[in-house]
Amino acid sequence: MSATDIGLDLQHVSKDLGGRTIVDDLQLDVRTGELTCLLGPSGCGKTTTLRMIGGFLVPDRGRVLISGQDVTTLSPDKRPTAMVFQNYALWPHMTVFKNVAFGLRLRKLPKAEVKERVEGVLDLVGLTHHVHSYPARISGGEQQRVALARALVLEPKVLLLDEPLSNLDAKLRVRVREDIREIQQRIGITTVFVTHDQDEALSISDRIAVMSGGKVEQYADARSLYREPATTFVAGFVGTMNTYEATVVPGGVALAGDLVVPCGDLSATGDGVWEVGVRPEDVRVSLDDAGAAADVLREVPRGHYKELVLRAGPHELRAFVGSDLPPADRVSISFARALLYRDGVLHRSATPVPAHS
Amino acid sequence: MGKRAHGQTLGVAVMSAIESEGVVLGGLPEAQLPAAPLRPRRAVVRGAAHRIAGVVFIVCLLVFMIGPIAWLALRAFSGLWQYPQLYPKDWTLSGWRQVFNDPNLRHSMRLSFEFAPIVTAASTVICLPAAYAFSRYRFPGRRFLLISLFATNAFPKIGLYISMAGVFYSLNLMGTFLGVVIVQLIGTVVFMTWIPAAAFSAIPRSLEEAARDVGAGPLRVFFRVTFPLAAPAILVAMILSFLASFDEAQGTFLVGVPNYITMPTEMYTLVLNYPEQVAAVFSILLAIPSVVLMAFARKHVMGGRLAEGFQLR
Repeated sequence: MSATDIGLDLQHVSKDLGGRTIVDDLQLDVRTGELTCLLGPSGCGKTTTLRMIGGFLVPDRGRVLISGQDVTTLSPDKRPTAMVFQNYALWPHMTVFKNVAFGLRLRKLPKAEVKERVEGVLDLVGLTHHVHSYPARISGGEQQRVALARALVLEPKVLLLDEPLSNLDAKLRVRVREDIREIQQRIGITTVFVTHDQDEALSISDRIAVMSGGKVEQYADARSLYREPATTFVAGFVGTMNTYEATVVPGGVALAGDLVVPCGDLSATGDGVWEVGVRPEDVRVSLDDAGAAADVLREVPRGHYKELVLRAGPHELRAFVGSDLPPADRVSISFARALLYRDGVLHRSATPVPAHS
Repeated sequence: MGKRAHGQTLGVAVMSAIESEGVVLGGLPEAQLPAAPLRPRRAVVRGAAHRIAGVVFIVCLLVFMIGPIAWLALRAFSGLWQYPQLYPKDWTLSGWRQVFNDPNLRHSMRLSFEFAPIVTAASTVICLPAAYAFSRYRFPGRRFLLISLFATNAFPKIGLYISMAGVFYSLNLMGTFLGVVIVQLIGTVVFMTWIPAAAFSAIPRSLEEAARDVGAGPLRVFFRVTFPLAAPAILVAMILSFLASFDEAQGTFLVGVPNYITMPTEMYTLVLNYPEQVAAVFSILLAIPSVVLMAFARKHVMGGRLAEGFQLR
């Protein structure tokens, strides 16, 4: 990858606020035209990171590069970034048109060009009416679009979105996030999207940086993030994961209470106690007695599948099974795939080790 | 002295009359609430008693507040009017004629309308940056400074003025235009700092950041975003400053005499050396700016536009 392919590059960035290290030696690169999500619980440093990219905070250590150019100490008005704020931050004393046109007018563009570009971008975000309304008179979803239009009209190199959907209701949120993704792809703009909602992150990102304690735990596309979470934190934060302490035995894993569960793929192998993670859809449930015995505690219909809450020995686990599985009190379980963690970090051999050998 | 007080408190009295009327009337239905269903007759009696008490209270309040103003208004148009008479026997405009024909009084009116706008403008220029700093920056001594602004209004002003006079003598400010402006400024500082500071604090910081983000420098952000949003509150502060300057008598008297005698300071002389009608006319003239500006503020500033703008947090 050459340097120009990298639209945004954060190099060893750190920030202390109020005596606490909020962002800690963070490394992140976003390719030109890529949409990256910063995903993490509140207080993980994702918004602080975004504000450093936008220029609202200056890093204590490290550098911020946009298209190879160092912008670390530039103020927000001097860098090619545009931010969509969580509360939209539309200026209430200006109409929709004036909100969007403000940045263009500062650049002293001819009136006709301002009008043309504002109308163009409002058309892009699908907001052609209400052009001369005040922000307080339009709905939350429309305000969101205005904020997006205001950011895009300046044709920034990097678009920053700070939890832009958190003030919308659930249905609208899904629609608007798809719209944002569609617009982002259409104009091919390098984008950083901050969210604490994994669903949002998984559904619109090219890559996701899961953050915790000011560091990036894992930076990968949605599929690998889900299939192979690099740390136990990511495993617990993204999706559901059954985790146990276990040892590897021939043909499977041995959980506490001498419960041996047959297992297909193991991410690694070796002696000693592992933390074993199994996704609910990787728990195989059958009515014969091929695997370990488990009691069904609860059955939760989920539409096209059901979720079973099971008890095997001292352990509780969750399994997603097809809705065609007949109801039963007692089933037998095995794992199709298990991930092995030691010290919170995924251990992975080059190829998944079949445990049956 | 007593009549001067009329003039000075008139604007405030009218304003509080408007406020308290609403409050008292609003309180009335509550007085009827404790009607116990088990003993209806007693409850009705008690309700009626409450209501009568409420009405009596309002009437007393109105007499207390409107009374002096009504007396003033009658007095300004009356000829001889002495104790046993309930209302004046003969009506005349001689008081008004006398006020507008007296060069001293005319001059004091002109002075008042010169000082008040200048003081207001100076106060705005000096205090707005301070208000912005109080609202947006955390610096050592911030709380102390904020409270000390109040302190100048909390202690008897005359003490402050006398110690200021000492300083003014050594700076040759006594009896000068600038001296009067400075002494009147003192009374406006608390309005021009506290009210705009609160307004600035109410403006979400992200609105300013968004303007920075699209390319506006700090000054432009202030004039294009922060100031327009705080403008209604700043206008209120300016009105209060104007009135504080316009009504200021003690300090102006101490510093300005004999060169600069404004309307309120003229009241001292007026009470002693002129007929009663003239003082009444002058009181009314002194009250006009207060009433007009307060009415304006209520109509144009307190309205919904500000609140509407802040539906977005």
